[in-house]
Order: sequence, then structure tokens, then C-alpha cells
Amino acid sequence: MTEFSDSPRYGLSQLDYLESEAIFIIREVAAENEHPAMLFSGGKDSIVMLHLAVKAFAPGPVPFPLMHVDTGHNFAEVLEFRDRKVAELGIGLVVGSVQDAIDSGQVREAPGGSRNRIQTPVLLQTAEANGFTALMGGARRDEEKARAKERVFSFRDEFGQWDPKDQRPELWSLYNTRINQGESIRVFPISNWTELDIWEYIARERIEVPSIYYAHEREVFLRNSMLFAVDKHLQPREGEKVFTARVRYRTVGDATLTAAVESEADTPEKVAIEVAASRITERGATRGDDKVSEAAMEDRKKEGYF
Amino acid sequence: MDILRFATAGSVDDGKSTLIGRLLYDSKSVFEDQLEAVERTSRQRGDLYTDLALLTDGLRAEREQGITIDVAYRYFATPRRKFIIADTPGHTQYTRNMVTGASTADLAIVLVDARKGLLEQSRRHATIVSLLRVPHIVLAVNKMDLVDWSEDVYEAIRSEFLEFAARLDFSDVTVIPMSALAGDNVVSRSENMPWYEGASLLHHLEHVYIASDRNLTDVRFPVQYVIRPQNGRGDYRAFAGQVVGGVMKPGDEVMVLPSGLPTRIRTIDTADGEVAEAYPPMSVTVRLEDEVDVSRGDMICRPHNQPTVTQDIDAMICWMDDMPLRPGQKYAIKHTTRTTRALVKEVQYELDVNSLHRNQGVDSLGINAIGRVRFRTTQPILVDPYRRNRMTGAFILIDEVTNRTVGAGVINET
Repeated sequence: MTEFSDSPRYGLSQLDYLESEAIFIIREVAAENEHPAMLFSGGKDSIVMLHLAVKAFAPGPVPFPLMHVDTGHNFAEVLEFRDRKVAELGIGLVVGSVQDAIDSGQVREAPGGSRNRIQTPVLLQTAEANGFTALMGGARRDEEKARAKERVFSFRDEFGQWDPKDQRPELWSLYNTRINQGESIRVFPISNWTELDIWEYIARERIEVPSIYYAHEREVFLRNSMLFAVDKHLQPREGEKVFTARVRYRTVGDATLTAAVESEADTPEKVAIEVAASRITERGATRGDDKVSEAAMEDRKKEGYF
Repeated sequence: MDILRFATAGSVDDGKSTLIGRLLYDSKSVFEDQLEAVERTSRQRGDLYTDLALLTDGLRAEREQGITIDVAYRYFATPRRKFIIADTPGHTQYTRNMVTGASTADLAIVLVDARKGLLEQSRRHATIVSLLRVPHIVLAVNKMDLVDWSEDVYEAIRSEFLEFAARLDFSDVTVIPMSALAGDNVVSRSENMPWYEGASLLHHLEHVYIASDRNLTDVRFPVQYVIRPQNGRGDYRAFAGQVVGGVMKPGDEVMVLPSGLPTRIRTIDTADGEVAEAYPPMSVTVRLEDEVDVSRGDMICRPHNQPTVTQDIDAMICWMDDMPLRPGQKYAIKHTTRTTRALVKEVQYELDVNSLHRNQGVDSLGINAIGRVRFRTTQPILVDPYRRNRMTGAFILIDEVTNRTVGAGVINET
């Protein structure tokens, strides 16, 4: 083994390491892919990813547009944040609307009103209509077991489907970004980040996130032992008692499926402490959609879901 | 807090998934809802105890067949370090997955079952770890509970392994007796093996010194992206990339390859401002003193310390595709940020990864084979031997028709 300088000062902290890796990945997409876009929902992971994109090309502009699949069931605070952020940065935003797709009969809403599955065709149609050949997403491998197996550059066939048994080997930081006509690639620059890394980074970088991530008073009710907010999209059923609680959101997906957690954390530092002490994963705590079965995420990803 | 990336090699029979489950569980990185799901599945299968291996087997086929198909990445942290685990399957048909996991690892754990001792596959795993130059290796002698915590059994395996390792190229070998199932020597020292005086696995992972593993001597900066804002800052032109070797400072005399133009570093920029120095693996943006023509795929280095500019490559290849590698075939080759084409000139030998025997007289490499191959590239690439630099000494081969990643290469010293 070749011995190099042993000065301990040439080491990076975990956040610097993850930041550098993500910036490298985002630049690689911009350099090698003809028409990439970055998914931006106004959720914390996509906010961090966008922050990294801004850093990657500074002082130049971010050289690709943003894209959002709007389920029509979003929290008002999150949409407001999304639009303000996009205007502030002067980046183009393409919105694929699930509501429009339902109205035009392209997709049909499932009986329970869940729009989780029908997001996928809207995502694929929007990407195709805009000619996007690479979509960057803020998924993290610590979120779920099927995600733990997905590559940073995840190749999708012409139906947008993921084949977990036939993934391209991913060696060193030599990413194979090539695609055939009609195919596309999903790229996950923050694959190696955990929920705690995200919050520590938000705290360190003073990144603004929608207010609902911090403790606030809200009208809620209990359903499947999770706290759901009363929302224009979600009303309590018979027998579900509404009460006021001090809560925050760990994830901000579909308002009809995403639950809040009781919390006093009103700063990113306090959230990080709470996350470090949490004994339940963020999806387990707050996502009704993943409780369906152990393979729920794997199945949705095979269909083209992020 | 820094990051340690480690790869684990071994089959389910060796208790690899159990070991990872144990590390996650004992370091309190397993969440209640994950544990609940695992307990439920274990109960349904009629297991006598909660199978911690289920924590890591993410795909339906894996849970059903009790095998690990692909590389999975796991995360846990202790107050000292954040850890990224590349969990790789052990069977021969998954050699490519192990190569993948080892390519980014600072440390590799090779598991053996104390009852069975060193097997062919243990030797294969050690060989791959050595070939990929993972700086630190741990031989985990697992299932010590099933050999009555016998020091003699452990010593026999240890000395056999060290003898084999001497034929390979390791700088740091650690051997730890353990029981992943019971947790002995995984997180805390075992009371069942007082004769073992070393550290527990987690203690070793937390303390192994990795800051000196990266090359801080040879400045290597592959240009990834040219930053040239169109409006406002018309004169700004800078080169973005990740430092893969050496320490760069403003004012340094540098040279841009392959053109060979000399200049100096004006500033090293980040979005947070200029920095006084940049070293691996920092992503930075470099401004040069002179208006030189630089594009993606070029490399910035020091005038008196340059990589080799060559079209002739001599490398060890791990082949990863069903269609074998043969002389006369052409592939796209991606090396740092430069992509060009490579023609296979000759397969010199295939390495038997179990015996280390070199089989001459083969003229192709099949899937999961490892061998020494000579190539000729259409454009020069800027290389160092892999043992000098894991970033400038590595490349991948891509089939230009299917676009699949078909091979991984590490460049030999010439």
C-alpha cells in the first residue's frame, strides 16, 4: 500500500462528504444527459436537492428545469412554498397535474380516493411530453428496503419500469448515463443521505422549508393510530374526534395520506435532535400508503413510481 | 464526524445478513416499525427467533428464497462515525456485485463460518478485496458459539487466512472471532471468549484510521463541467469537478492535460466562497490564470507530477455481462470524466480467484470472470496505476449497442 500524508486535517465531515458526492452526481447528469429535469415538490428532500443543484453551478444558473407531479392533494403551505422558491430562483417549473388527468379521463381515481398509484402515469406522461430523458429525484435509500437496492442512476425501460434484478452495476463514481431511444433514467443524488443528515444539513445551511415541518397548532383527528390534519381534502369520519394538538410533519406527501407527529420542535436543530431520538422511520410514522404490504414500495417502483 | 464506507462479503449461510441486522439493531438503528414488520414475517414463516437477516433483504424474491440478490446499501451512525454498508451477496454468480460494493469501500468484512473454516468463496472474497484495493480488511470468524468458543478453532482459521493473505496485497488485516446471532464481539466485547484481546467489530469500525487512505500527493482534477454564466458575469469561466488526488491551492503552477498547457490556479471557488485548499473528495470550481482551452474530460495536474497520457491500457477486468469479452471487440470506456472507445487487443490470462492460478491460453472472459486484458483506446486517457490512485486508475466498459455496463477495470502498473 502506498503511504500518503497522514495529516488528519484532510478529512471531510459526513455532511461535506455527502454534499460533495451529490454535487458531483448532479453535475454529471447535466454534463452527460441531453434533457434532464429535477423533481421538486416543495418537500424537504427535494428542497435540499435543489439547494445542492444551485451550489453545483454557482455562480451560473441551474441548467435544467424543475418538474412537479401535483396530486391535487397537496398541503397549501407546500404549494405556496414551491411557487415562491421557483420564482425566487428564476428556474422553469413544469407541473403535471393528477387532477387534470382525472378530469380528462386519462387516469381513474381508486375507490378510497388514494392518488398514489395514479401519480405514476402522470409522471411518465409529463416527462415524455417535455422530452425529459433524465429525472433527478430526492429519494433516499434509508427510507425503505426496496430503495436500499436501487442504484444512484436507475435505468427505466420505455414503460418507465424498474427491473430490480437487472440493474446496471455501479462502480466507483463512474456512472453510466447512457440510454436508448425511448428509455429514461432516474437519478437520486441524495441516495446516501439519512433523514438525520437532511435535518443537520438544513440546520447548517440555513435552508428554508415549509412551515408545516416545524411544530405548530393544528386541528387533528386519530385514524389507524396516526394523527391526520383536518384539510380541505380530508375530513374526519363519523366517530373520529377532532382536537387541537402541537404537531409537525416528517414528510409532506399527499395530504390525505400523510400524518403528523406530536412535536415541540420549532427549529431545524430541535427537529434533528427529535429525529435522532425517534424510534420509528419517517415513512412508518406518517405514511398510510406504505403500510399496505412489505413489498408495497417495490411493487410501485416496478410500475414506474419514484 | 466522518464517514466510513464498508462492504460485507459472505453468503447467507455465513450469517452476513444476521451480522448486519445485529449491527443495526445493537447500534439502535433499527426502528420499531421495521422490527415489527420483521417479527411479523418471521412469525409467518414459523422461525423460532426473530430473523434479523430479514431487516436487510429488501426484495420479495430475497425474502421468499432467503438469499441476497443484489447490492443493498444500509446506513447507521454512532456518535463517532456515520457508516454506509454495501451489503453484497457471496456466491460466485454474484462476483460482479461484490466488485461493485468493494469499489467504493474503505473497509471490507469477509465472513467465514467457524465450523467450516476458510472456503473457496472466502479466498475469492479476499482476492476481490485485494484486487479492488480496499484499504482495510476484517476477517469475521462467525458462529463461534457453535464451536464452543474454541480458541484453537479460531487460531487455525486465522493462521490459514494470514498465510493466504500474504500472497495478496493487504496493508491492514484484522481477524475477529464473533457470534452475530448472539451478538458476541459485534458491538461489545464477548465474555465467552476471554482469550481474545482485540476490539469488537463496531469498536474497530469506529476507530480504524482512514484519513491517510486517499492520495494527497498527486494533484488530479478531472474537469467535469465548464461553468460560464451567460448574463451578468460575462468574464467568469471556471472548471467544476471533484478533486481525486493531491491538495490544490490558489497560486499553484498547474498543467492541463492532454494539451499540456501550463498555467496557475487563480482561485478555488465553492458556492460558499473561495477556499484556501481543495483535496479529495471535495467538489469545487477552479479558475485558472490564463485563458486556456479546457473542456470536460481534461485533467488538471502539477507540471512535475503528471498521470500517464496513453492509448494502451493494461488492466485487470471483472467481466459483468452475459456476452463474453473477446479480442477484436470495441466498447465505450469511461475513465474519470472522459469517455472514449477501446478495442480489446488481447486477453493475457484469466485469474482463478480461488487458487490465484493464472490460466493462460484463454481468449475470452465470461460473466463474473476476472482476467488481465490489453486495450487500445481511440483517444488518449490520463491514467495512474490503480494502486496509486483508485479514481484515476479505474474505468468501466459500456456496450455501445445495449448501453449496459459490461466490465470494470483496474489499471496495472507498467
